[in-house]
Amino acid sequence: MDEPSATEPDREREDAGESVIATRALTKRYRGGQLAVDGLDLTVPAGSVFGFLGPNGSGKTTTIRMLMGLIEPTSGTARVLGRPMPRAARAVLPHVGALIEGPALYGFLSGRDNLLRYDAADPTSDPRTRRARVAAALDRVGLTAAATKKAKAYSLGMKQRLGLAAALLQPRRLLVLDEPTNGLDPQGMREIRSLVRELASDGTTVFLSSHLLDEIEQVCTHAAVMAQGRLITQGPVSDLAAGTRGRLIVTTPDPGEAARVLKEQGASDVVTEDDKVTAEPPDRDLADVNAALVSAGVRVRGFGLQRASLEDAFVALTGEGFDVAG
Amino acid sequence: MSPVELKAIKGRGELRAQPPLPVTRRTTLRGTLFGNELLTTFRRWRTLALLAVLAAVPILVGIAVKIETSDGSQAGPGGGDGGPAFISQITNNGLFLVFTALAATLPFFLPMAIGVIAGDAIAGEANAGTLRYLLVAPAGRTRLLLTKYATVLTFCLVATLVVAISALTVGAILFPLGDLTTISGTQISFTDGLGRAFLIALVVAASLTGTAALGLFVSTLTNSGIAAMATTVGLLITVQILDQIPQLHAIQPYFFSHYWLSFADLMRDPVYWDDLTKNLGLQALYAAVFGSAAWARFTAKDITA
Repeated sequence: MDEPSATEPDREREDAGESVIATRALTKRYRGGQLAVDGLDLTVPAGSVFGFLGPNGSGKTTTIRMLMGLIEPTSGTARVLGRPMPRAARAVLPHVGALIEGPALYGFLSGRDNLLRYDAADPTSDPRTRRARVAAALDRVGLTAAATKKAKAYSLGMKQRLGLAAALLQPRRLLVLDEPTNGLDPQGMREIRSLVRELASDGTTVFLSSHLLDEIEQVCTHAAVMAQGRLITQGPVSDLAAGTRGRLIVTTPDPGEAARVLKEQGASDVVTEDDKVTAEPPDRDLADVNAALVSAGVRVRGFGLQRASLEDAFVALTGEGFDVAG
Repeated sequence: MSPVELKAIKGRGELRAQPPLPVTRRTTLRGTLFGNELLTTFRRWRTLALLAVLAAVPILVGIAVKIETSDGSQAGPGGGDGGPAFISQITNNGLFLVFTALAATLPFFLPMAIGVIAGDAIAGEANAGTLRYLLVAPAGRTRLLLTKYATVLTFCLVATLVVAISALTVGAILFPLGDLTTISGTQISFTDGLGRAFLIALVVAASLTGTAALGLFVSTLTNSGIAAMATTVGLLITVQILDQIPQLHAIQPYFFSHYWLSFADLMRDPVYWDDLTKNLGLQALYAAVFGSAAWARFTAKDITA
């Protein structure tokens, strides 16, 4: 999102007061003794698009289920929209739209009837506006044409869209989306991302778990990283990526000479590979560094700073490949 | 409604034109979760198949009796001891097919159908993953369980009425109708008989409420709809067998099926209420015990499916 709507008094109060999601020492130990979530302190600021990252089996889904009141924590507390969960589930959940571990549908019902059923399950929803809201939600995810088709005939991408539509049946203050682009084609992924941005610009807080780091980087303002049931880090995405500094990359047919000049200019950790020289950039204007290279007769084909990606930050934090289970 | 929510509505493109959430709601049955649950249950192919099987039973019994008695002989082996109750009287009065059909379906077909619907109630939703979405909607665990039980009870009534109406139709087509003789030997009018048939259908439906609660409880124990259905139907068969073993007579009065056939006492004049009230009391006890157990289990359960 571009601008948190901090000018609005309510939003300000929410920011100053409690976060949309706040957990304190949240812990879940399953009956087998397996510790799924271990002392989690998670804070999701209001109005953020919050990326929730972690390898498979790191406790993300268990955390989401505890936040949604589906699983009772072993110890610790979870507050959603300022109210304790799962105790205040009936008051909190009507304001929360959720997509948890993929969509689940009644195959023998049409897409529209699936949404009518989920809406009927919400005691706060108004049956008189139900059809209109279902139609609007179907339209929003681009399923209007397939609304009367039985859900068992839907493709995975269409099911995913219908699951999203269920989360958008009412105006929500919080959207919890677990892998929302799973099974979608690239076009569908783009649509979902722009939908998330649109919702966020309306002031909805979006809690997004994803495997796709570039996806998180593209849409999220904040992120948290989990591994082996523990929270490794959380904060604004820019801070996380900044933790790992970017590298200076010079492409040249004269790597040896370039490396020498870069060292002269104060760059450290200079690495030469083929026609590329990379280095930690010195603390001075990079234009001067480039001028020094050129005046030393180095033929520069490319010169630039590669920003550290979230993936670099992630690997630096977890010390492992992304999909290795903890 | 807080100003934040109002703003959220205004911020939505498609939803902008809508009025704010009104105070009054749920004015019709259709709009409630119970209404939707009924619609969902009775739109299932499986539910309709079960009802079709139940409707077929009186047709088969009626045709069998018609063929067997086409030479003028009585149905059943003389004394009326063999076969379901009342079967020997069908040729005199088609209304008796209603009682015969209910007596024939109550021990197995009806409770099996209830077991399938009740066993699938929670476990089937868990199996399909739809349970988690109903609960985050949020349906509320107690509300969802009550809705499920109310739906199963409605199915008990519908299933019983399907048998009764099918039997009445077949009986009217194949056999004469008219005044009838009660078990006590007194004559009652056809209208009175029809009234008693309806009352018997209600008692039969009520006899199934214990099974329904038992099935619902089993349904909260597992995430597999098939396992819950099989367990419920298995328990049903086991209890019916145990009820036939004389050595167990001390505990048999506590079996939910023990007084099932007491509905025949409604055909006595005056009605013999002892076993009827025992049956209804026992069903209420089962509903209370297994209903509470289902509630205790379901409201404390971690939903991991």
